[in-house]
Amino acid sequence: MSPLDPSRVDASPVEPSPVEPNEAEPSGAEPNGAEPSGAEPSGVAPGPSAPSPEAAKAADLVAVDGLTVDFGGLRAVDGLSFSLARGAALGLVGESGSGKSTVASALLGLHRGTGAVVGGAVRVAGLDLARASEEELRRLRGGTAAMVFQDPLSSLDPYYAIGDQIAEVHRAHTRATRRTARARAVEVLDRVGIPEAARRSRARPHEFSGGMRQRALIAMALACEPELLIADEPTTALDVTVQAQILDLLHALRQETGMGLLLVTHDVGVAAESVDEVLVMRHGRAVEHGPAAEVLAAPAQAYTRELLAAVPRVDAPRMGRPAGAADEALAEGAAAEGAAAGAVAEGAAAEGAAEAVAEGVGAGEVVLEAVGLRREFGRGRRAVTAVDDVSLTVRRGETLGVVGESGSGKTTLGRMLVGLLEPTAGEVRYEGRPHTGVRPAVQMVFQDPVSSLNPRRSVGESIADPLRARAARDGSARETREEREARIQGRVRELLERVGLDPAHYDRYPHEFSGGQRQRIGIARALAADPRAIVCDEPVSALDVTTQAQVVALLGELQRELGLALVFVAHDLAVVRQVSDRVAVMRRGRLVEYGPADQVYDAPEDPYTRQLLAAVPALDPAVAARRRAEREGAEVPGTPTGPGESRHPAKSAVV
Amino acid sequence: MTGFTGFALRRALGALVTLLAISAIIYVIFYATPGNVAQITCGPRCSPAQVHQVAEQLRLDDPLFLRYWHFLQGIVVGQDYSTGTSVEHCSAPCLGLSYRSDQQVTQLILSKLPVSLSLVAGAMVLWLLLGVGTGVLSAWRRGRFTERALTGITLAGMATPVFVIGLVLMIVVCGQWELLPFPQYVAFSEDPEQWAWNLLLPWLTLALGEAAFFARMTRAAVLETLAEDHIRTFRAYGVGERAIVARHALRGALAPVIALNANDFGAAVGGAVLTETLFGLPGIGQELVHAVDVVDLPVVVGMVLVIGFFVVLANAVADVLYAVADRRVVLS
Repeated sequence: MSPLDPSRVDASPVEPSPVEPNEAEPSGAEPNGAEPSGAEPSGVAPGPSAPSPEAAKAADLVAVDGLTVDFGGLRAVDGLSFSLARGAALGLVGESGSGKSTVASALLGLHRGTGAVVGGAVRVAGLDLARASEEELRRLRGGTAAMVFQDPLSSLDPYYAIGDQIAEVHRAHTRATRRTARARAVEVLDRVGIPEAARRSRARPHEFSGGMRQRALIAMALACEPELLIADEPTTALDVTVQAQILDLLHALRQETGMGLLLVTHDVGVAAESVDEVLVMRHGRAVEHGPAAEVLAAPAQAYTRELLAAVPRVDAPRMGRPAGAADEALAEGAAAEGAAAGAVAEGAAAEGAAEAVAEGVGAGEVVLEAVGLRREFGRGRRAVTAVDDVSLTVRRGETLGVVGESGSGKTTLGRMLVGLLEPTAGEVRYEGRPHTGVRPAVQMVFQDPVSSLNPRRSVGESIADPLRARAARDGSARETREEREARIQGRVRELLERVGLDPAHYDRYPHEFSGGQRQRIGIARALAADPRAIVCDEPVSALDVTTQAQVVALLGELQRELGLALVFVAHDLAVVRQVSDRVAVMRRGRLVEYGPADQVYDAPEDPYTRQLLAAVPALDPAVAARRRAEREGAEVPGTPTGPGESRHPAKSAVV
Repeated sequence: MTGFTGFALRRALGALVTLLAISAIIYVIFYATPGNVAQITCGPRCSPAQVHQVAEQLRLDDPLFLRYWHFLQGIVVGQDYSTGTSVEHCSAPCLGLSYRSDQQVTQLILSKLPVSLSLVAGAMVLWLLLGVGTGVLSAWRRGRFTERALTGITLAGMATPVFVIGLVLMIVVCGQWELLPFPQYVAFSEDPEQWAWNLLLPWLTLALGEAAFFARMTRAAVLETLAEDHIRTFRAYGVGERAIVARHALRGALAPVIALNANDFGAAVGGAVLTETLFGLPGIGQELVHAVDVVDLPVVVGMVLVIGFFVVLANAVADVLYAVADRRVVLS
């Protein structure tokens, strides 16, 4: 990671070792000779297959042996075995449907009474979950092992104060009085870094920001001092800087309390940041299991390699640049790039710099242009400025990446570019002429492929919509209805084929497709109008990494072929780097940085950009630990906040 | 809490506008209907001269909007009516005079309202207790015998007409067992104890059918809440199922209960005709049916407006309660 200066890391050794001391020297520290790393060979992994004695097995915090979970004929987990020593941290990594969350639920016996059939043996802190009584199970849940869920908003009761909810959990496991439990709630909230914990404990979940909610859930987990923390995608719903803070918090808590951690995640980077051991899962089975550094640096299994290859790198330049028109344009622009960079370095006003950069890099004709765009929501004192004075250009055959955290205004900007939202001030120009309203030449691909397709209409009909609209608008009178119908359906089939789907699927409905296929349908629908520019709003954020890579590749292909101008709006810095020629970084509605992708990523000018980049999880555990130390050393002022805070300044403070 | 006060005020204003709209629609519907109102009011044996005199007295020749304006004026500041020999003052809120008895509609309604409110308020307490209780119980014991039994009972409750429930209750409780005397309305101000004893059967009659609807809805709402993520959190933290249902699931199910209750309360004030008739309670519903029978338009319009007032009021109260229960409502 080039923007980070190693000398600074060395100068401030906050943490002497990248790995926790007790994990670094396992054999000496652990009683009963337990081996925390790779004690369970799991059959597939090439890890150290030392036969662990029965005594050591009993001492393990978690021992899973041949676990199977069936949901009515569907096998979600298939003969999984692993163990977790006390105080150790294991990451379950896999794509959606790999069964990793099912394993997490099984550790708390949450499948009991749900119709799922659980086989094999699961022991948590010596308790055999298959034989445990209801009361033993109840005591285990929250008392011995506590779970932190993915979505902190829906995981808390909206009607009760956060402190009361934590107190309720505490009282379920202790004989504490209402008052002591409430005091304990404030104590743990304070511990997880909620400022003014006593006062904030009376707030309801919706009054907290996303990061604070996740902290509150972690506080709930801490309330009864569990030996094991199970975190199921704890940071997936969070922005990258908040994610880094939450992972740092988990790390610090583990060092402080010595609890074990089972981290379930689809994000290899998150795992690298947080765990000693990684277990890669696919189709309910273990693919590979071993120390994080080894598995991630030198994966033994083909699937792991595939998975890692699909992870977009934020620290590597864009791969597979589009050849052709855009490339030429870039080559032409390269000479001017230096001058543009100079302009930025001189600290010219953001707008001036933006123009300079825009002129410097792309020599293709300008398709879309935003000039001083501003958008407010609400009126009077309640008015919120979502986008503030943003100017940028998108050229033919070029991709402009727009990155920012939630609430930064990137989606609002994207919608204004397409004409779905009218700007409060400034204008959008299409081919140099100001335009308002939606036009066929500028299309949009939406984030959620499920909700952006009508579930009651076949996908073919959905794609045909823009075609029919155009036929109705400027169709020739000579064409009969049958001819028109045949032409439109033929075109839809072409489009389906073009985005890599079977044209015979015209009559199928959205629920019959996978997430990646649905996004392809969304792209086909955007293409139906023969656009010159497409604004993609978080087009891959709901997809697994491998699917994500495929959709990104498709977009690149289409761009080369059709000379499309693409605007790629996303919160994921790595994805944006891998698709963009130029990048705009947004914060609180403003452009804080705007320039060629490599320049923005390798030599960021703005402190906020640097902070964002520093928060991206590294794939190498050693690098991750070094960066964590750096984060602890240097508190960047002005921690970014979500959309909720900008409206309620009194509530912000810490995410 | 300024946000909350503002919310309540806005809601009250909205209720007022709704009432105004209701009054206009009711007025137009009833007075613009074809048929010679003067002839009907005067009676079949009236001479044309008499009919003409009545029409003049009722200002039936004025344009409709003018009459509506006078009607509104009467509600706000009162009105004077000439009865031929003397002038009678009808103080605000004046809803006009009955065509049949020359009685002031406001007075007529005020004499009937306590009966209807006594009936509905008591019944409401019962149907909430019975309905919500049954709903929560059957959600908690889902899939077991208790739930199936309760589902059967509530289905039967919904399917049985009010007059059957009332008659059976009256025959069994008052006739066979002689536990209670046959109900006869006693005003609360006269004797609260007798008031309650005499209303017990009407309350039960009105509440039983209604409770069945509340039970079904509560059950569905509780089950829906039980499927939500935050319930999973408390299960995963070892909170007992009873506490989860009673504290978390019920709380989430309250919103639809409040909404349904507001509607049903308002509707029952004027709509409990069957119960009122069965037990001889001189309430609004009975009087309204009578007024419709004899085409006493001022009474009909006045009563419908008052019933509308209760529906709107109950809904406004429900919205405010809603906001108290869930602060997120105020924000949006």
